This record gives sequence, structure tokens and C-alpha cells, in this order.
Amino acid sequence: MNILLQEDIIISPLGFSTSENLKAIKAGNSGLQFHENSRFPNGGFYAGILDASLLADNFSVIGDSTKFTKLEQMMLLATQSVLNNNELDLSETALIISSTKGNIDLLGNSKNFSKDRASLNSLARVIQEFFGFKLKPIIVSNACISGGLAVAIAKRFIQAGKFNNAIVVAGDLVSDFVTSGFQSFQALSATPCKPFSKNRDGISLGEAAAAILVSNNKREGTNISLFGDASTNDANHISAPSRTGEGLYKSIQQALKESKLSASEIDYLSAHGTATIFNDEMEAVAFNRAALFHVPVNSFKGFYGHTLGASALIETILTKHSLINNELYPSLNFEELGVSKPLNIVQKFEKKELKTALKTASGFGGCNLAMILKKSFNG
Amino acid sequence: MDRAKNHFITNSIRIKNEEIFLKKDTILSLDSKIDFSQFLKDSYKKLALNYPKYHKMDSLCKLGILGSTVLLRGQDFKANTALVLSNASSSHDVDIKHMQSMESIVSPAVFVYTLPNIVLGEISIKYKLQSENVFFIEDKFNADLLVDYSETILNSGKALSVVCGWIELKNDQYDVLLCLVSNNGEIPFTKENLEELYRFENE
Repeated sequence: MNILLQEDIIISPLGFSTSENLKAIKAGNSGLQFHENSRFPNGGFYAGILDASLLADNFSVIGDSTKFTKLEQMMLLATQSVLNNNELDLSETALIISSTKGNIDLLGNSKNFSKDRASLNSLARVIQEFFGFKLKPIIVSNACISGGLAVAIAKRFIQAGKFNNAIVVAGDLVSDFVTSGFQSFQALSATPCKPFSKNRDGISLGEAAAAILVSNNKREGTNISLFGDASTNDANHISAPSRTGEGLYKSIQQALKESKLSASEIDYLSAHGTATIFNDEMEAVAFNRAALFHVPVNSFKGFYGHTLGASALIETILTKHSLINNELYPSLNFEELGVSKPLNIVQKFEKKELKTALKTASGFGGCNLAMILKKSFNG
Repeated sequence: MDRAKNHFITNSIRIKNEEIFLKKDTILSLDSKIDFSQFLKDSYKKLALNYPKYHKMDSLCKLGILGSTVLLRGQDFKANTALVLSNASSSHDVDIKHMQSMESIVSPAVFVYTLPNIVLGEISIKYKLQSENVFFIEDKFNADLLVDYSETILNSGKALSVVCGWIELKNDQYDVLLCLVSNNGEIPFTKENLEELYRFENE
């Protein structure tokens, strides 16, 4: 059964639609800017933060922004956009929510909202009730692979016959909670992050929401299918990536196997590329073990920062559009290769015939994910 | 093609109210007056876990390691055993600790536990499970989701067996059910049977 990736949207500092995001990427614009923050000795940090008043303006078209948190507004807008373009029966369309920390800052200072609004159950309920989804939302919270894993879970349930259509919605914020934590890890870059570069020094955080319709209904024209997917735990360390890239390597092998494809058939690789020393090195090791070193590869983190539970969905959507448009987008902020194995980093915008792509992600807890996207034409 | 009937609840454990049950038998019952941290310490000793890493973990991971150790002791399970766990409160128990430290000094050793799927990582490390993992958030125990999702990964060949369950921790109140699901056993892996194991001693 072909599982298709259909309408999508990205809401980020780069824009309120996928096309606005793609336009910014093609222009080489980054959402990462310096933001003042008293936690930092130099007065602030680089992050991709969505302008709250701009968001409220956009949200006012569908609801009262004072009644919803920033993250809720982002995720509601994303869901609305996918629903606008489809006549979906909400009594049988699944809603799959992905987030790592949701409205976590409400746990401390809940301001205008009740404290239980901090829970992911509450976040899911807000989205479900706003639109009237009848099926109970499925909530995936699996660190930085969440957004991609949620798409894989949609595919698995559709293949098992549980439903035919699922809207996957992912979102995370640059919360004080997460910022203070990554700062304590000394994992935040002093500059906009530089994935796979020699002088990379950590991640930049970002916030965004995204949504996509995953469906088994074929459309006329170009279709992008999720052909294979696999997730494998490293079983090595809860916060440090495996030095051998074991879990990521195994995920890639399993996803290729399910797709009945070999590494030589992959035209493009969308990496996780957080720009920490150890993550990028681990990915380079895993990609080389999987014989993918020649495949054009990029990280989108230089554009968005690390958007945590949203990142793997955003990057899946961008990978999908790379395939549709036959375009390779540069790995922003890349300078000189700084991993121990060769990689074919995309350094400038390029038009190229693309049929098959691999999307990978890795996260805390030792989790890894690989997904194979394939283009077909239904004429 | 209904292959569901080939899967069985091979083993199960329950942790609740200072007690640990293996299948439906009490294997540890501690004084109900002890507090939660004492329960975690005493259980570790009485069950002879001998896994020093345990002491570094947050409480949710300790519950997961306690539960999985009892569940998997003496069981013949493959490295390709998936983990499918769920709860309502995510990692809020340790999230609150991190949040309280934000006014002063934040500890990376606390922050690293502020994701619900870290317990999956800890169980994977202890049992060398390089396998499919997922953590679902649900407002209450949901046998439907656990059975449906476990079945999809078993039937698609993504795993040979599954550890699935519920691992909730809020305000020092804990509620754990873990099941090993495989081709071996007598209790068919159904929603009704999973629900029954959860309801047992839980009224």
C-alpha cells in the first residue's frame, strides 16, 4: 500500500506557509537571530523565534489569540491550513500530535492559563476540540525524532487498516525550560549553528510548527510516498550519540530493506545535523557505513535552528519539496568539513533530477529514525 | 489475515501502592508508610538489582528499570524486542525539579531526564535492545493504542516481541504495568486481557 505525503505547512520565523519557507531557503535567509536573554554572559543567544504579534495577527483569522498559548496558535494554524485544502471527514481522520515539551513553561508560571495547559494531553485536546476531530488524538513524545516518528506511525496505522487519513501536527517552542537545559549542557552555539563544519560549536534552538496530511488516497500528478521507515535505539547512552552510529546505521538499513532499495538509489539525504561535535560526527560515521558518503546531504538547522519535536517533520516536508521541485537546498552556514568521514554537503542551490530521498533524525534517549521518500507520477 | 492471535502476553508486572506484582502474584510488598524515594531504594535492594547506574536515574527511569528487570528476568527474549510505553504526565516529575533549579544552578544531570522517552533509552541500554522505541502520551491507560500499535510493528516484522505498557508518575504517585508480548504464552494479547491486567488490584 502506497502511503502518500500530501498537503503540508510549515509555520516558522521563515514564514507562515511552506512556499514562504521555501522562498526564504532559496534566498539563503535564516530564521536565526540574536535574542537578548539575561541567562547568557554575553547578553543573549542565537535562536529562531517566531514573532508573537505577527503570529497573533495571522491567528486572528481563525480564532481569538488571547485564548490560546503561542504554541497552540502555531499548531492550530498549521492544522487549519491542511484542513482548508482538503475535504476530510473528521469523524474518521486521525490526529497525531508530536511535541517534546509542549507548553512546558506553563508548569512554572502559567500566567493567563491554567497549569494543566502544560500537559501534552491538554495541547492535543485543544487541537482536537477546535476542529472537532472525533478520533482520540495520538500523542508522540520521543525526543528529537518525534515529528518524523509521528509520520512513520501514521503510515504504520494506515497500512494496518486503522484509518485512511491522518493529519500529523508537530510543534515546539524555544522555552526558557529548554534554553536553560541546553545551556547547562554547554550545547548552545555562540553563533548561528554550523552543521558538519569544522568550527561548529553546538546547536541553535528554534521554534516552529508543521503539519502534513498522510493518506492512502492517490492524487493525479506527482505523488511523494513514504516507502520505508525504521527507528532503532542505540542502546548505548541516554545523551551521547553512539560513536559507531549503530542505531542510525541500523535504521537506514531497515528502511532501505522495507523499500527494497539500495543505498546507491538514494539521490538526496536530509540529515539531522544539529551542529554538536558528537552528533554530526556520529551521522558521518553512520552515513559512511551505509555507503551514502557520495549522496548530496544537507542539514536545515542553519535555517531554523533545532526545532526539537517539530524538526523531523519540517525536514520531511522540505525533503518532499526537494523531490517535487528537483531542487537541492544548501546546508546553510557550512564552511569546511569537520567530521572524520567524507560527506557530499550541498553547498549551493542546485537543480537536479531527484527520485528518492532519505530523511534521518536522532535524539536523546538514543533514538534514531530513517525514512525513505519516493516520487511517482500518477497520470 | 488476522495474525493477532499468534501473540501472547508472555509475562507482566504491575507496580502500585508500595507493591510489585509478577503476573498477579505479589513479589514485593513494602510498608505503605514509606515515601516514594524510600520505596525506590528498598525495592532495588530487595529485588537484588545490582545495577549501580540505577542510583543516577530520575524516578521515572527507576520505575522503568525496576519493572523491566522483574518482567524480563529469566525470559527468553530477542534483541529485536520493541518498547512501546505510555503515560499521562510525560516527564513532569523531573521537569518540575529542573524548573525549580532554573532560578539558580541548572544541572545537566537533571535536564537529561526531562523527556519521557529517556526511560526507553535506559531499558534499551540495560538489555542491549537495539530496537523500535516509542513513547505515547495518553490522558489515561489506553489498551487500544498499546495493542493496536504493538500489533502493527509485530505484524510488519519490525520487531519479534514487544515490551508495552503504562508508566505513570505524578506527585510521587506511581502506576506501572509492563507486559512482554511474544509468540509464547497462554494469555492472548488482546485489549480485554491487557485492560484486565491493568484493572487488577487497581480498583
